[in-house]
Amino acid sequence: LSRIGDELYLEPTENGLSLRAVNSSRSAFASFLFAPLFFQLYERGSPQRTGELLRCKVLMKSFLGIFRSLPSLEKTVGKCLILLKPQASRLVVQLHCKYGVTKTHNLAFQECEQLQAIFSTQQCANSLCAPARVLAEAVVHFPATLAEVTLGTGPGGRISLRNYVEDEKESGRTMVTELWLAEDEFQAVAVAPGTRITFCLKEFRGLLTFAEASNLPLTIHYDAPGRPAVFTLDDPLLEVHLVLATLSDPESSSQSPTANSASELPAPPDDFADDLESYMIAMETSAYEGGSRAPPSPTFPLRTPGPADSEPEEEEEEEAVPGTPPHKKVWDGHRHAWVTRGWAEPPPEPCLSLQFRSLFFGSVLTPGGPRLAPTQEVLVEDSDGEY
Amino acid sequence: MRFRAKIVDLACLNHFSRVVNTVARLAKTCTLRLTADKLYFILSDKVANGGISVWCELCQGNFFDEFQMEGVAAEHNEIYLELVPENLSRALKTAQNAKTVKIKLTNKHCPCLTVAVELPSLSSSSRIVTHDIPVGVIPRRLWNDFREPSVPDFDVSIYLPVLKTMKSVVERMKNLSNYIVIEANLCGEMNLKIETDLVSVTTHFRDLGNPPWASDDECQSSARGRDLESMAEARIDIKKLLQLLAGQQVNPTKALCNIVSRRIVHFILLHEDVSLQYFIPALA
Repeated sequence: LSRIGDELYLEPTENGLSLRAVNSSRSAFASFLFAPLFFQLYERGSPQRTGELLRCKVLMKSFLGIFRSLPSLEKTVGKCLILLKPQASRLVVQLHCKYGVTKTHNLAFQECEQLQAIFSTQQCANSLCAPARVLAEAVVHFPATLAEVTLGTGPGGRISLRNYVEDEKESGRTMVTELWLAEDEFQAVAVAPGTRITFCLKEFRGLLTFAEASNLPLTIHYDAPGRPAVFTLDDPLLEVHLVLATLSDPESSSQSPTANSASELPAPPDDFADDLESYMIAMETSAYEGGSRAPPSPTFPLRTPGPADSEPEEEEEEEAVPGTPPHKKVWDGHRHAWVTRGWAEPPPEPCLSLQFRSLFFGSVLTPGGPRLAPTQEVLVEDSDGEY
Repeated sequence: MRFRAKIVDLACLNHFSRVVNTVARLAKTCTLRLTADKLYFILSDKVANGGISVWCELCQGNFFDEFQMEGVAAEHNEIYLELVPENLSRALKTAQNAKTVKIKLTNKHCPCLTVAVELPSLSSSSRIVTHDIPVGVIPRRLWNDFREPSVPDFDVSIYLPVLKTMKSVVERMKNLSNYIVIEANLCGEMNLKIETDLVSVTTHFRDLGNPPWASDDECQSSARGRDLESMAEARIDIKKLLQLLAGQQVNPTKALCNIVSRRIVHFILLHEDVSLQYFIPALA
C-alpha cells in the first residue's frame, strides 16, 4: 500500500478490517480486506453517534515504521494489538514481544470520509489469472523506471506485455521491449482477441511483490481502454484489490469530452438498473457514495457539472438499495476531497457500494492530453505527466 | 544490408553481456562496426567525448553460433551502426538464462537492432522477449572517422596493477581531486598522484613489469636510450580513468598502459578473445 499512497486508511467493517490507499493523482487505489478470522480477536466496537463506525487514516510512514524490520519482528513479537482510541485520537499499535517487553506505538490519526472506489470486476469483459511468479518474471524485463506498460492479446491466444512509448518522436529513440506469454502459462484466460490496456507499472509491481511473497495467483480484470483495470488476489482470509486507471484509446477520445465523462458509455443506464444482482461487490462497505458536486478544493479545479451528468446521479440516489444508509458527501473538504464523477463509466449504476466513480475521472487522458469541454473539467491530472 | 546472429551458449552470452556492459559504462553512444568475422565497438575521439576514444574488438566466432552479415556493398562488406550500448546491455541483462538470443538488424518504425530472447518457461512454448533498439546507420562516407587508432609512440609501457586495487585507490582519490597524474618508468614502477591545495596523495606500485614491444627496433633503442628510471607522466581526468576501471567486472588476462609524456595515456585490456583499447588525453 505504501507504493501507492502516503496515507493509510483503516476501516473496521463487519467483514473485517480494511486497509486502503489511493495515490495523489487518484489513478490508483488499493484495498486489503482482512477477514475477522485472520485475527485472533476482532472487535469492531460500537458505532459512533452518527451511526457509523470510526474510520481513520494515518501516515503511511509512521505506520510502516512500527513494522520496520520484518525478520526481527518475526523472531521477537508474540502478539500485535491494534486499537483505535477515538477520545484520544490515537491509533494504538501494541507489540507484545518476548521476555515481557511490550512496545506501544501511539499514532495520531485523522478521521476521514470513506475512501471508496467504485468498480465492479463483473463489468470487465476480460480477465486473466496467472500465478504471481509468472507475472513477476514477465515484468522483470522492463526497466525499473518504466512508467507504463501495455497488456494485450496476440495471435495464438498469446498475451503480450509491452512498454508504452508516449509519442511518435520518442519512438525513434526509445527501446521497445515486448514479451509474449503463452496462454497455458495462465491459470485462466477469458479475453477478447485484439484487446489491450495500458496501465502504470509502479503500482502493479507493488502488488506483484506482495502476491509473490504470499504465493497467490493474481487475476487481472479489464475492459476497454480508459476503463479501470482491477487486479485481485483471493485468499480465504484476505481479499486484495488494486484498481488502476488505464490509458484511453486515442480513437475514442475523439468523442470527447465524453471520452472521460460519464456520458460516453457502452450501455445506457437502464441496463444496469436492472442488473443489481450481477454486480460483484468488490469491497465490503455498503455505504453508497453519492453527491454530485465537487467542493472547491485546492487540488482540483472547481467543477461545474453539466446537466447531463448530474441528473442521472441524482436519480440514482433515489434508487439506492433499501437498507443502505443514505448516501453522503464524500469529501473532507480539503485535499482528500473525493469527487464522484465517473470516469469513462456508465453512469450511475444505482447505489452500489463500490462504484468506482470518481477515482479516475479524467485522470488518465490520452497521451496528447485532450482538453475536456468546459462542462467536464478535468479533476485529476493525467498521471502521465509525472513521468 | 542484413545482419543476423544467434547465441545459444550461456557462457558465450554471459561473456558477450559483460563486454557490452563494459562498453556501456565507457560511452553513452558509440558505433558498432560489423564485419564478416569481427565486431567492433568504437568511440571516436571527438571533442564532444572529451577526447576519449574507445576501440573494442571481438571475434564473432567466439560468441555467436550463427553469424550472417551482408554489408552495404560487396566491396565494402561492413555495417556501421550508431547505438546506445546501455540499451543493448539492458536487453541482455534479463536474458542470462535464455535458450537462445538472436540479434538482427530490422526496420520497424526506424532501423533497429532487434534482440529476441527465447526464455525457458513451464508451458509448452517458450517465452519470447523482443527488444527493439533504435540504431542509426552510418553512411559510408563517414566510415573514415572510425579507423583504428594507432598505438602512439609511447615513452613508457607498463603492466597495470591488479585492477580492483587500482580502482579502489582511484575511487578514493576522486573525492579529493578532479585530476590524477599517472607516471611510470621502465623499471616496473608506477605512481598515481593527486595534488590539491590542501593535500597531496601518492600511491606507489612496484614490480609491475614492462611489456616487451618487439614491434619496432627503433622504439626499443629509443626506449633503451631513456633513463630506465625516469618517469613518463600524464595528468588526466580522474573520472575518465575511473570509468574504465569501474567497468571491469572480470580481471583481464593482460592489462597494460602506454604513456606518452604529457600527451596521452593508452590503456590496453585483453580478455581472452576481446581486446579493449582506451585513450585518455592528457590535460595541461
